[in-house]
Amino acid sequence: MNATDDGDVILELKDITKAYSGIVALKKADLKLRRGAVNVLVGENGAGKSTMMRIIAGVERPTLGEIWMDGERIHLNSPADAVRHGIGIVFQELNLFGNLSVAENIFATREITRGLRGIDHKAQVEKANEFLNRLEAGISADTLAEDLPIGQQQLVEIARAVSLDTRILIMDEPTSALSAAEVDVLFRVIADLKARGVAIVYISHRLEELMRIGDYITVLKDGQITGHAMVKDIDTRWIVRSMIGSDAKDFAKQVEHEPGAEVFRTEDICLPRAQGGYAVDHVSIGVRKGEILGIYGLMGAGRSELFECIMGRHEHYTGKIFVEGEELKGRDTTRRIREGLSLIPEDRQREGLVQSMSIADNLSMASLSQFLKAGFHIDLKREKEAIANAIRNLSIKAKNPDLDVTSMSGGNQQKVVIGKALMTGPKVLLMDEPSRGIDVGAKADVFRTMRRLAGEGLAILFSTSDLEEVMALSDRIAVMSNGRLVMVVDRKDATEDMVISASAEGHKTKRMHA
Amino acid sequence: MTTATQTAATGNHLSTGAALLTLMKLRTFIALFAVIIFFSIFAPNFLSTANMILMSKHATQNAFLAIGMTFVIITGGIDLSVGSIVGLCGMIAGGLIMYGVALPLGYTVYFNVVEVAIIVAIVGIVIGAVNGLLITRLNVAPFIATLGTLYVARGMALLYSDGQTLPNLTGREDLGNQGFSYLGSGSILGLPVSVWILIVVALGAAYFARFVPLGRHIFAVGGNERASRMSGIRVNRVKMFVYMFSGFCAAIVGLVISSELMASHPATGTNLELNAIAAAVLGGTSMSGGRGTIGGTIIGAFVIGILSDGLVMMGVSSFWQMVIKGLVIIVAVVVDQAQRRLQQRVTLMQMAKAG
Ligand SMILES: Nc1ncnc2c1ncn2[C@@H]1O[C@H](COP(=O)(O)OP(=O)(O)OP(=O)(O)O)[C@@H](O)[C@H]1O
Ligand SMILES: [Mg+2]
Repeated sequence: MNATDDGDVILELKDITKAYSGIVALKKADLKLRRGAVNVLVGENGAGKSTMMRIIAGVERPTLGEIWMDGERIHLNSPADAVRHGIGIVFQELNLFGNLSVAENIFATREITRGLRGIDHKAQVEKANEFLNRLEAGISADTLAEDLPIGQQQLVEIARAVSLDTRILIMDEPTSALSAAEVDVLFRVIADLKARGVAIVYISHRLEELMRIGDYITVLKDGQITGHAMVKDIDTRWIVRSMIGSDAKDFAKQVEHEPGAEVFRTEDICLPRAQGGYAVDHVSIGVRKGEILGIYGLMGAGRSELFECIMGRHEHYTGKIFVEGEELKGRDTTRRIREGLSLIPEDRQREGLVQSMSIADNLSMASLSQFLKAGFHIDLKREKEAIANAIRNLSIKAKNPDLDVTSMSGGNQQKVVIGKALMTGPKVLLMDEPSRGIDVGAKADVFRTMRRLAGEGLAILFSTSDLEEVMALSDRIAVMSNGRLVMVVDRKDATEDMVISASAEGHKTKRMHA
Repeated sequence: MTTATQTAATGNHLSTGAALLTLMKLRTFIALFAVIIFFSIFAPNFLSTANMILMSKHATQNAFLAIGMTFVIITGGIDLSVGSIVGLCGMIAGGLIMYGVALPLGYTVYFNVVEVAIIVAIVGIVIGAVNGLLITRLNVAPFIATLGTLYVARGMALLYSDGQTLPNLTGREDLGNQGFSYLGSGSILGLPVSVWILIVVALGAAYFARFVPLGRHIFAVGGNERASRMSGIRVNRVKMFVYMFSGFCAAIVGLVISSELMASHPATGTNLELNAIAAAVLGGTSMSGGRGTIGGTIIGAFVIGILSDGLVMMGVSSFWQMVIKGLVIIVAVVVDQAQRRLQQRVTLMQMAKAG
């Protein structure tokens, strides 16, 4: 770890302290970013990674401390300042204008104009498509941003940042909604940028990604730097140890209990796509009491859409859904929840959280009817207890549950969304990428909770793009590809190769085009 | 050395900043006391009991509308029709007392005062339900839907009596519909009846917002409609409720005003919706939805009520009154924004110093 000071420093944070109401997010932290290298930043949820990046991007100002660039002290008072200094960022939470097209998003604030004739939309779309193709995103630049699923929105964000042609490029969990194939493409783009001398900051909770792409690694813990090394000198055990101070807890292992009778079944669920074809293509699947069914698939495989159909979100799906042998009628989310279904949505900002409410109110908003006295009066004491329980069970880092939910780090917000769904006391739990953005320790917590709930008789369907996760956690593995359910196997009989090749099945023809 | 001076300066900023922040947080209260103190010095008789009661009656009218408006604004909507509902409900109350309801066979039914009040309240709720249906079922933007009902309800109020005032709503002993004046002029323990009703409605609304699931859901819907829907909240039901409740509040005001004047005039309540919005905003309700309190709104309504009456008593011309009222509203919102920024800065300094 002595040999870490070689390399060519472009930006340096010195003694940076950042305080929010009630919490110090960064305490005298130092950071050096090197040119032509991938500078990795890791740490638990709430360690202060995003805060540090927001400071470099000029979004937040440090309470104390200095920023030096190329040997000169600089002041970043606004995002525009940062852009002037050649700093670009992909934020952890998506930041697109939903009502604008992808091209307009990519060129926002630096539109291509033709003198007095205004914005040259055609040129913008062409240029934007170029960037998107480099990422093999398969997105057309004239679609509206809000019509894209979250993974594709993330690709648009990345395309925008790459197109800025910056000297420093920060990526705060850019792959949290991407699957293996997209990650590979992104890594090729990063390698290319690196070769051109760009300093890249890369934040992720997927440790194997860090090992693959990183050159330098810095570990943050509770706002302080606790480790710095070259990636080639270390392994994932080292990362985990410096991050959480001990070795990783194992993913919860399968408990040997026999799943019970089938509680949930879908028959022939179909959801037509606007452009023709099916987003969900005749999916029939069953889950038994106490069973965890992992659904693996690439981006756009139709997992989220399947979950949304099951929750009654789409008016025009066809097919049947049964809970405990009873067919569910209607297309009404409220009723589905009452009938024992619950969904943890993939996009926590748009569909999971109410940003203007406190942590506590977010947790209890879906389950208020459980705390009623006399049919209408909420028993605040019981509500409070339940909230405290949820915070404890999921180890949510919330000093005071009455603070705004937006004051928490991304990973902790995700845990609030999970907690909210669990508090409704469902029979069948649908989890769409539940581990998105949560750290290794917390992941183990969430998985243990899933195991415990399954042990108590809950049926769980969860989707993931993480192979290791689906192999470690599922009793049975289903693979979806291009809307179709291509394989369902027992965990015992599954191999990684089987799962990977199945997930590509429906995409073969589509990938050729791209 | 530089560090030392810096710390000292920080310390100074900190204490003044914190003090300023406390002031700003209490700004609605301070505004209330400021107007009271100001007028008690400059307006003769301002502090007399008679004037206090008169002013509280006026402020009460604003407060009713503002309570309903607060819920509507928290869901992210707006209700422009309340002023017109006040007018129409007043006319219906007057009509029911004076003429009753003519049945086809030449009979006329008269209702006693309690029945009249119930019927009028239902009319208010029904107009609110029309707003709600337009917004939830037909997807009309709240601003447009309630602008439409603003005109329709006002037009109907004018049509009802061909624009005439219905005077002398004393009722007749033989018809058993006397006593309408109690609502507007009666008093219990020295406080006007309408103030008592306000206390009940306000406490009820505050209780509802905190202790009843539907009340909590109002905040969720305004904060993030999509997430609310995914959490199983019946968004349409919540919206229907807030517009119906707003209509109900407007109906009460219609009754109170007619009862006080013992006459119904079809133009009653014109522009009252703007006072209600102003009161809610003064009380800290966020126009973008998701945040607001009943307590703040009530104080806001009293600030606006006292301000209007005080200026009248001082003999300020009605043109200047408008200018002043507008300025107060703008200043309130500016202070609100400044408070948010200052709050951040103060906590930053505090924490950085401590850490
Ligand atoms: N606007 C804010 N107001 C108050 N506290 C905040 C605010 N933003 C962040 N924090 C706090 O600062 C700390 C650091 O948050 P940050 O978002 O930097 O964490 P992170 O390392 O990016 O975590 P994650 O992996 O979950 O994204 C957290 O404890 C968080 O609660
Ligand atoms: Mg973060």
